[in-house]
Amino acid sequence: MAETATKQRTVKFIITRRERPESAPYTEEFEVPYRPNMNVISALMEIQRNPVKADGGKTAPVCWESNCLEEVCGACSMVINGKPRQACSALVDKLEQPIRLEPMSTFPVVRDLVINRERMFQALKKVKAWIPIDGTYDLGPGPRMAETKRQWAYELSKCMTCGVCLEACPNVNERNSFIGPAAISQVRLFNAHPTGEMNEHERLEALMDDGGIEGCGNSQNCVRSCPKGIPLTTSIAAINKDTTKHMFKKWLTM
Amino acid sequence: MSGNSYLPRKLHSLLGVIPLGLFFIEHALTNYSAFEGGQQGFVDAVHGIHKLPLVFFIELFIIWLPILFHGVYGLYIAYQSNLNTGRFSYGRNWAFALQRISGVITLIFVFWHVWNTRVQVALGNTTYEQLGSHMHEIVNQPVYFAIYFIAVIAAVFHFSNGLWSFLVSWGITVGPRAQRVSSNICIGIFVIVSVLFLLSLFAFRGAEFAPSAAAAAISTATFG
Ligand code: SF4
Ligand code: FES
Repeated sequence: MAETATKQRTVKFIITRRERPESAPYTEEFEVPYRPNMNVISALMEIQRNPVKADGGKTAPVCWESNCLEEVCGACSMVINGKPRQACSALVDKLEQPIRLEPMSTFPVVRDLVINRERMFQALKKVKAWIPIDGTYDLGPGPRMAETKRQWAYELSKCMTCGVCLEACPNVNERNSFIGPAAISQVRLFNAHPTGEMNEHERLEALMDDGGIEGCGNSQNCVRSCPKGIPLTTSIAAINKDTTKHMFKKWLTM
Repeated sequence: MSGNSYLPRKLHSLLGVIPLGLFFIEHALTNYSAFEGGQQGFVDAVHGIHKLPLVFFIELFIIWLPILFHGVYGLYIAYQSNLNTGRFSYGRNWAFALQRISGVITLIFVFWHVWNTRVQVALGNTTYEQLGSHMHEIVNQPVYFAIYFIAVIAAVFHFSNGLWSFLVSWGITVGPRAQRVSSNICIGIFVIVSVLFLLSLFAFRGAEFAPSAAAAAISTATFG
């Protein structure tokens, strides 16, 4: 009787690993004991506690990144069964098995599932995705924002720089300098802000530079992939409109 | 890559519609005259165009130079993309991939087609009057007919989908509803223009365009 009871249910994982940024990737298989409501992160924690492969051989624990565990920080993004998404919100019960985990290799891979999303933060700096209010005296309260505008702008502010939209984009690759959808949507967000609007032209011009918005080829994978449901393609088209207008305005006033 | 790619990319998108898209529609209509008006209709349509003043410069600035820029820069754009329809098999992503594939097919075809028609006229190997029977000989060879068939569909797709992208890239269709409506319109354009071209391809296969029948038609056109 004890025999049948201990035959525990397991979940099979096939994980793409890599020791160093420059070393070749390889896969390893793991059988993780099943627990109800487990997600990909809790399975990775289990592998960390007991780093034994499915064939019984010992191995180094699999590396990954995570923070919030509630899909708001974006740190745990990886390719799960072929689609980029957050590991913390990927419930094992809802995934087809074996579960395949790969790093989002559009970004430089640091180790195993850990990637370097530096280029996204560089992109935010390039487009000045902030509102400059620093000065030597109190500037007082800024202008008010219309409620209807606040509502859609709030949706854009949900971006967590997770990188999923860049991973899904066919034009973000080593042959292309395209900045990616996330930063373009942030330009729309900060240009919509009544104070941020004062520096609108700086952000538009950053996107009219090499690697800017022209890199978009309208595959629209980004909007289908964003975990926050951000209307990325609407943002891109709106910024297309703004940069076009800006281009003509500059021509005609120069 | 150095330098600013915003302007060339914008120009690439514009040239695809104006003038190339307009020329493409004009071409479809001229060909369609072969279906509607037969040999005589086609000869008249071709004559009508070549009676235009400064036709050489019109051809140069409205067709050849734009095609050269759009084609060469387009190859560069295609080179810069990683097709990923395997992982993301959404309709728009397929259109993205097909846009690049059809662009390459169209560019190669256009060179071959221009060599076969316009260049042969320039070299004196055929005349505008004989173009119809010249086409008859080409499209009656099964392999060439298949090439024409595929290339025409590819070119029409590239044009219709490119028009959809143009509207997005210039910020004309912004929201999802606008993009859905324009997508339906572009599908309609795809169907209509494809039918125009294919009808003319089939018309050119007809006996009416055979060299002997064509010669008779031309003599009545000239002396009748
Ligand atoms: S836009 Fe969406 S997919 Fe892209 S980085 Fe932000 S949250 Fe992630
Ligand atoms: S851990 Fe923050 S999004 Fe998954």
